[in-house]
Amino acid sequence: MTARSLFEKVWDDHQVVAETADTPAVLYIDLHLIHEVTTPEAFNVLKSRGLPVRRPDLTLATLDHSTPTLPIRSLADLDALVGAPAAKQIRVMLDNCREAGIRMLDFDSGQRGIVHVIGPELGITQPGKTIVCGDSHTSTHGAFGALAFGIGTTEVGHVLATQCLLQRKPKTLAINVNGRLARGVGAKDIILAIIGRIGVGGGTGHVIEYRGETISALSMEQRMTICNMSIEGGARAGMIAPDDTTIGYLAGRPLAPSGAAWDQAVRRWRALPADPGARYDREVSLDVAKLAPMITFGTNPGMVIPIDGAVPADTGDASFRKSLQYMGVEAGKPMLGRPVDVVFIGSCTNSRLSDLREAASLLQGRKVSGSVKVMIVPGSQTVKQQAEAEGLDRVFTAAGAEWRESGCSMCLGMNGDTVARGQLCVSTSNRNFEGRQGIGARTVLASPLTAAAAAVTGRISDPRELLAR
Amino acid sequence: MDKITRFTSRTVVLPQSDIDTDQIVPARFLTTTTRKGLGQALFADWRYDSAGQPRPDFALNQPAAAGCGILVAGHNFGCGSSREHAPWALLDYGIGAVISTGIADIFRNNSLKNGLVPVIVDADTHGWLLAHPGVEVTVDVDARSIRLPDGRTAEFPLDGFSRYCLLNGVDQLGYLLQQSEAITRFEKARAWQP
Ligand code: SF4
Repeated sequence: MTARSLFEKVWDDHQVVAETADTPAVLYIDLHLIHEVTTPEAFNVLKSRGLPVRRPDLTLATLDHSTPTLPIRSLADLDALVGAPAAKQIRVMLDNCREAGIRMLDFDSGQRGIVHVIGPELGITQPGKTIVCGDSHTSTHGAFGALAFGIGTTEVGHVLATQCLLQRKPKTLAINVNGRLARGVGAKDIILAIIGRIGVGGGTGHVIEYRGETISALSMEQRMTICNMSIEGGARAGMIAPDDTTIGYLAGRPLAPSGAAWDQAVRRWRALPADPGARYDREVSLDVAKLAPMITFGTNPGMVIPIDGAVPADTGDASFRKSLQYMGVEAGKPMLGRPVDVVFIGSCTNSRLSDLREAASLLQGRKVSGSVKVMIVPGSQTVKQQAEAEGLDRVFTAAGAEWRESGCSMCLGMNGDTVARGQLCVSTSNRNFEGRQGIGARTVLASPLTAAAAAVTGRISDPRELLAR
Repeated sequence: MDKITRFTSRTVVLPQSDIDTDQIVPARFLTTTTRKGLGQALFADWRYDSAGQPRPDFALNQPAAAGCGILVAGHNFGCGSSREHAPWALLDYGIGAVISTGIADIFRNNSLKNGLVPVIVDADTHGWLLAHPGVEVTVDVDARSIRLPDGRTAEFPLDGFSRYCLLNGVDQLGYLLQQSEAITRFEKARAWQP
């Protein structure tokens, strides 16, 4: 048999009908995650055609995008916190799930959170599964060796009604990452460097597989940070082969298999890594031994520089100029030292316990600088409880940061948490698009350590200097 | 979905590269529970100033843009969020095709499912279209090509199935529902259950 990559194994295992020259494959979906923003119209279509949800048991719902991060006592609070349309969206979602018999991790569940944080932490994200969600950062789940990608609302309807999707087989891109990371440099810096290298459209049409000694040495939470931003390089999915780290993470999670089923699953997962000699359509290699913390300077995640570097020279390109003008930065000048108005630590990229621990390591015993507004938003209610059990919340609040309920928060301006026009926000999220965090907001993407350093100094700062003190 | 064989319209040009779906429809408009009326939100932060007044220098606000049904955009259009609100807003506004040298995967998929034709052309054709806003272009789904005013044509990639669906107004859910026996067989026969 020909040598197959991780992606090819998962793909082959889920073809209900193989693709032909004229027709796409019918691909079976093992886990469908849904949230309040991209599903209402999909449920409308099912209702108008009298179709039931085929596999409510393979569907898991939560509330994250338009959900407030301030505590709510009852659903009646929603209107005041997020406005009537967002509140209605949440109510419609709750009704739709109740009618269809879909498990909903809502405000009362204690397990609510960002959809890409709760799948892994509950152990329902597993190697070898196909996982989709009406959200482009579904690529996060690929960290477990699942084939996971974002879909649109029409496709959400397809999966609700048939548990399948029509798909053309994508190409494969292997990204080999080698070298030992220096202190103060982490997974977020690796993925920002990769996107800077391949560009925001570089992975279009491809599934990425991240490989190499650096990737193998990462924890699951760090691997999730990497796979999360695959879409920022244009790839719908990013995958990492399951190994002892993956299996160790899943063992004992509430929705992971147990007993004999666990042993069987582990045997199956062990067979998923690429066969020796497996081929990829493209390969890219990166040595990260000398990598510095990375930050963005422009209005897409590919516009990225080392924190101690300078904004590139003006090429005369109109899009580049427009981007710099929006950000209020100058070509050829450093970003270091620029005053910061807001710091946001959160989002499906960097809101897990290890991210919060990193931020706390810099904030411990220090104070947030002057007028900087610092918001720290855990990825799920479970992360929130764990962080509070360790006392991280007290480190944050003692430093002068706000500690919130879980949700997407300031990652996208639709839940009441926004950055004001013209303000500069150092953010651990994944998109620095114009207006992403609020109309006219300026976003600098960075790691939790770099964000925490900005909180303490009030300026864009190199976290390595604070760590050395 | 309406059938589309070919149509002719004038172009409106947005030359920026990497126009993401947050620009096409900003997130604050995503609190809707239906797809109707999203044309008003199309490029909202580029179209309107902070007082809600149209910015006269934005291409869509210029008199020449009225009635244009084809958008020519810079490289790599539609990256970012999976929001289907992006093609919904373009269609609701009256755009029937988007032309670029590259179109992001999820946006492209979403477009095809709603009858918005994603047209990826070579750099020369693209450069010419960027430099000549307002020309009449024919988008021919049947022939998988566009025709420029001087009679030149440029092909664009469109797989057979997507072409068939556009030409016949086929909704892909209907096609998937016809596979339900195969799906049931697959569910019963697989080596492990999710
Ligand atoms: S945190 Fe941001 S990127 Fe992640 S799911 Fe929420 S809105 Fe999307």
